[in-house]
Amino acid sequence: MGKNKKKKEFVITLCDGTACIHNGSKEIKSGIEKQLEKHGISESVRIILSGCLGMCDKGPVLIVNPGYTIYGRVTEKDIPEIIESHIIGGKAVSRLVIDEDHLYNRFFRVFGDVGFFGRQMRITLRNCGIIDPENIDDYISLRGYEAIAKVLSDMKPGEVIEEVKHSGLRGRGGAGFPTGLKWEFTAGQKSDEKYVICNADEGDPGAFMDRSAIEGDPHTVIEGMIIGGYAVGSSKGIIYIRAEYPLAIKRLEKAIKDSRRNGFLGENIFGSDFSFDIEIRLGAGAFVCGEETALIHSIEGSRGMPRPRPPYPSVNGLFGKPTLINNVETWANIPVIILDGADWFRKVGTEKSKGTKVFALAGKVKNTGLVEVPMGTTLREIIFDIGGGIENGKKFKAVQTGGPSGGCLPEKYLDTPIDYESLAKAGSIMGSGGMIVIDEDSCMVGIAKFFLEFTQNESCGKCTPCREGTKRMLEILTRITEGKGEEGDVEKLERLGNLIKKASLCGLGQSAPNPVLSTILNFREEYEEHIKDKKCRAGECRSLIGYEINSKCVGCGACKRVCPVGAISGTPKNPHFIDKAKCVKCGQCYEVCKFGAIDKK
Amino acid sequence: MEKKTIAIYINDKPYRVEPEQTIMQAADKLGFHIPRLCYHPKLSIEGACRVCIVQVEGVKNYVASCAYPVSDGMKIHTNTQEIRRARRDIVELILDNHPEDCHTCERDGNCELQRLAYSMGIRKRHFEGEKKNYDKDLSSPAVVRDPDKCILCGRCVRICSEIQKVNALRQAYRGFKTVVMPAYNMPFTESVCTTCGQCINVCPTASFVEKNYTQELFEKLSDKSLIKVAQVAPSVRAAIGEAFGIPPGTAKEKETAAALKRMGFDYVFDTQFSADLTIMEEASEFLERLQGKGKLPMITSCSSAWMKCMEQFYPDLIDNISTCKSPMSMMGSLLKTYFPEKIKTAPGKIFSVAVMCCTAKKYEAQRPELKINGLNGVDIVVTTREAAWMIKSAGIDFLNIKGEEFDHPLGLSSGAGAIFGTTGGVMEAAIRTAYELYTGETLLDIEVNDLRGLKGIKEGKLVMDGKEVRVAVAHGLGNACDLLDIVRKEPDKYHFIEIMGCPGGCVGGGGQPYADANSIPLDEDCLRLRAKALYDLDRSRTIRRSHENPDIQRVYKEFLGRPLSEISHKILHTHYSKKEPKGIIPRGLVRAR
Repeated sequence: MGKNKKKKEFVITLCDGTACIHNGSKEIKSGIEKQLEKHGISESVRIILSGCLGMCDKGPVLIVNPGYTIYGRVTEKDIPEIIESHIIGGKAVSRLVIDEDHLYNRFFRVFGDVGFFGRQMRITLRNCGIIDPENIDDYISLRGYEAIAKVLSDMKPGEVIEEVKHSGLRGRGGAGFPTGLKWEFTAGQKSDEKYVICNADEGDPGAFMDRSAIEGDPHTVIEGMIIGGYAVGSSKGIIYIRAEYPLAIKRLEKAIKDSRRNGFLGENIFGSDFSFDIEIRLGAGAFVCGEETALIHSIEGSRGMPRPRPPYPSVNGLFGKPTLINNVETWANIPVIILDGADWFRKVGTEKSKGTKVFALAGKVKNTGLVEVPMGTTLREIIFDIGGGIENGKKFKAVQTGGPSGGCLPEKYLDTPIDYESLAKAGSIMGSGGMIVIDEDSCMVGIAKFFLEFTQNESCGKCTPCREGTKRMLEILTRITEGKGEEGDVEKLERLGNLIKKASLCGLGQSAPNPVLSTILNFREEYEEHIKDKKCRAGECRSLIGYEINSKCVGCGACKRVCPVGAISGTPKNPHFIDKAKCVKCGQCYEVCKFGAIDKK
Repeated sequence: MEKKTIAIYINDKPYRVEPEQTIMQAADKLGFHIPRLCYHPKLSIEGACRVCIVQVEGVKNYVASCAYPVSDGMKIHTNTQEIRRARRDIVELILDNHPEDCHTCERDGNCELQRLAYSMGIRKRHFEGEKKNYDKDLSSPAVVRDPDKCILCGRCVRICSEIQKVNALRQAYRGFKTVVMPAYNMPFTESVCTTCGQCINVCPTASFVEKNYTQELFEKLSDKSLIKVAQVAPSVRAAIGEAFGIPPGTAKEKETAAALKRMGFDYVFDTQFSADLTIMEEASEFLERLQGKGKLPMITSCSSAWMKCMEQFYPDLIDNISTCKSPMSMMGSLLKTYFPEKIKTAPGKIFSVAVMCCTAKKYEAQRPELKINGLNGVDIVVTTREAAWMIKSAGIDFLNIKGEEFDHPLGLSSGAGAIFGTTGGVMEAAIRTAYELYTGETLLDIEVNDLRGLKGIKEGKLVMDGKEVRVAVAHGLGNACDLLDIVRKEPDKYHFIEIMGCPGGCVGGGGQPYADANSIPLDEDCLRLRAKALYDLDRSRTIRRSHENPDIQRVYKEFLGRPLSEISHKILHTHYSKKEPKGIIPRGLVRAR
């Protein structure tokens, strides 16, 4: 920041996350630059490209400071107005301003001063949206690399580990293993070489916590890893990130380069005798490579397949050396724990789950995007207070947490506080942070089938229960949704599900049946309806629904024209009729009818 | 000092066991046989099949006993109703994706999956559904790959990468579509596969089997216009009895000769005869090289899988390889030259069959360099397994048959020829002759114990007229690669190297009888017993040095002249060329696990 000599009057922060880029943030940036030039005020306005702000459904998003005015769904056409009215005239363009009571708005009113905004609390994402992720000076200005300086000058490796242990931080990748213990195990191993790995192989469908964290603030991950390297006695770090994240990779590459240039990475960091460097390894997009032993095999150049543990990577990891693996979000917490202290960190969260957790909120909720909340926040608070409740006034049915490894929780669990133990007790898992809200229009059998399809496709194929068992479960689910379910199918699903959970080799298999088992537990009647009554109450299972024309039909003929198979007959101005034998249940007649004359049954 | 022990409980009974072993190892020693499938003691722990799961108190999930270490106070349950049912369901899941063609399967009656399913008591099926459907790979002349029968235990992948270090096979694709295949899903014959057939030995089902020539051979045997000639490799006689239920370690030499004659062969010759011939040529070649004519160390060339391995991975050592054909091919050469002359018939009338312990010999028989005047020296190769099946199928009572001698003029062999079938044997046989050729004196202490046994790389020294000759022996392609890595770094370290492609040498060949229900494939005790059968044969011979074999002397006198003569070079020697199939992983990039 020091390089901007002239004082800037306005700062425009433009979200440069993947979703906003897709929606045109690049064009908006050049539009702003042109307008500023046109009015001769380029010198007094600074443009910052930020990482993902988390409000992806409202992109492209830009924030004008001072004043924390947030504009959403901005198009190139809006720019002259924003510049003239707001920057020159001092008056915000109200039609583009995102509603004041919105969570994101609250966050940015307070950003920089207080860590709290509404019900959210940003530790992992503390810098996302505030700094230019491609500018190391921005990170440094917010106490970046101060934690590693403190560690190297004032702390012994054992003290760092004690601090992390004391903080109560647990692995954010899903399993929730105490991070400090992992560090201690790795540190306790004697070896000429050790490795530190950042697991950025985020693969849950719909999850983008790690991507956003890296895109918005790559340096905090790097700093966390340097501290980890110092604590366990390693000089080599590897970030394993999926190749499908080009922007995150680009920012990491730049951050590593800048960090090296500033002497934070490389030989004798800060003049100490500690050396550490990081390289990036790209994953080819196999979900199972998020499992630590599979990830290690992948880095070694082998097929990404898990192996039995023990031995754990902390003893026998990459290239047979002791290896410390943590996920992106875990690493991002480390600098905060060092600077603000474990005592402070412990105050956030619940008794057994400390700190915050980032969730990718998606599904049938009004505000989708990225939220970070203290552990202990209830599902209701996230879905209804932060997420704004269900879209279109529909009824809440369930929330799916933990992605393909997690479970579906019905309304009675809405007041469950989010922490590792409570979610597990309710029949789901914390997982890496996927959270999908389901309303009454979704079929629970269909949801279970969706997730199982994913895990079956992504199973590495090594162990029998996961490879063969999930396939058989999927076949049973498929026949249930096609109206061919048989008496005893639910029991077979339970038998296979429990077997796969208890007998599989790795976490993927051990958790793959969760979406099925939890929907059976909480929505068994829907399964029974599909099997016995051949009925799907959500109307999603195409084989189980039928269309009929009721007495409201005025004989307009719209349905007849749109039917692709000629299943509808009738003369103008007389009620029409659907031949069920011909009908392929495509639903086009239902969509096109303006009179509510077609029933879906 | 007394060994430290810990207390464990198995099925509520207390036992004291040594620490630092797996549950399965501890249980085995206590007489609990936990069912298993992907586990093999010589290979790394895969933990894939999950058949060996047990319950451990305090552990939420079932644990794979092959991988999980015992600890003090551990309470293990191997046979509760819950774990029995879980295992049963796992085996059913494997069966559900496996063809149900047991009656027409090559491994019928000798299939680990079949035995396992029986012991699980699976009588009803609960989860049947789609089965995988892949094409068989019939491209290789030696090994057939049938992915539909594969249960993905990964033994083939592991033996190929860990023991043989060829890395021809790997799992590919994900989920239900997972399949074991060569790199880029190439036809097997175009891959780095050396055709050693060890994948067949360890496969619990019939996903890997040899290319079967038995029907074709029965056809030929009934062809009256042909003169059907068989040759029998040394280690066939050391193992064939196992296929008839005879315990390992008993040589069935004369019985095999008799059975083959009953089956319809006009002549049954002995590959041990041509092993003696190989020694004459190879020992002479070595002495030439030792005197400065050619490169040292000289490396043996009898093992066909090793030849392909060398051409792919060590082409820089081609000049070090002995130009001698293998004993099988030397016999083949004589069968299409010397022998028809002797019985006054056209070479084309001779139908030459080799009964081998080996699958790679099927590949070798097709190598174009080995042709003799446009004819194949060997027309068909059948393995010990195929031969045993044919004997049974032809209704020959092998167990009660009266033994017969091999036929003349190519059937008499020395003890040196017999030990060709085991690791170290070729070197030992070569030393017996080379010493005498070099020094003019007979080597009296002919049993070279340093070169015997199953150590991966063995070394020995020999002084001939004051000259020290350093020799080394490796068996299994993995050990061979390790040894040759040493040679690359220290080319002067050895003078003479013997390499056999299979663990234990030919006695552990890819064509040997399958392990029975009570043993494991490639069991070291079994390999030792087969080797012992050959050493016993050696000891039982009065002639134990190749050059003393009168029939060898006769063939030189009547036909070849002397070792390394012009005609020898023409019909008994060959050449090699660099091979570069796709999928070669450079040495050094492969990490043994």
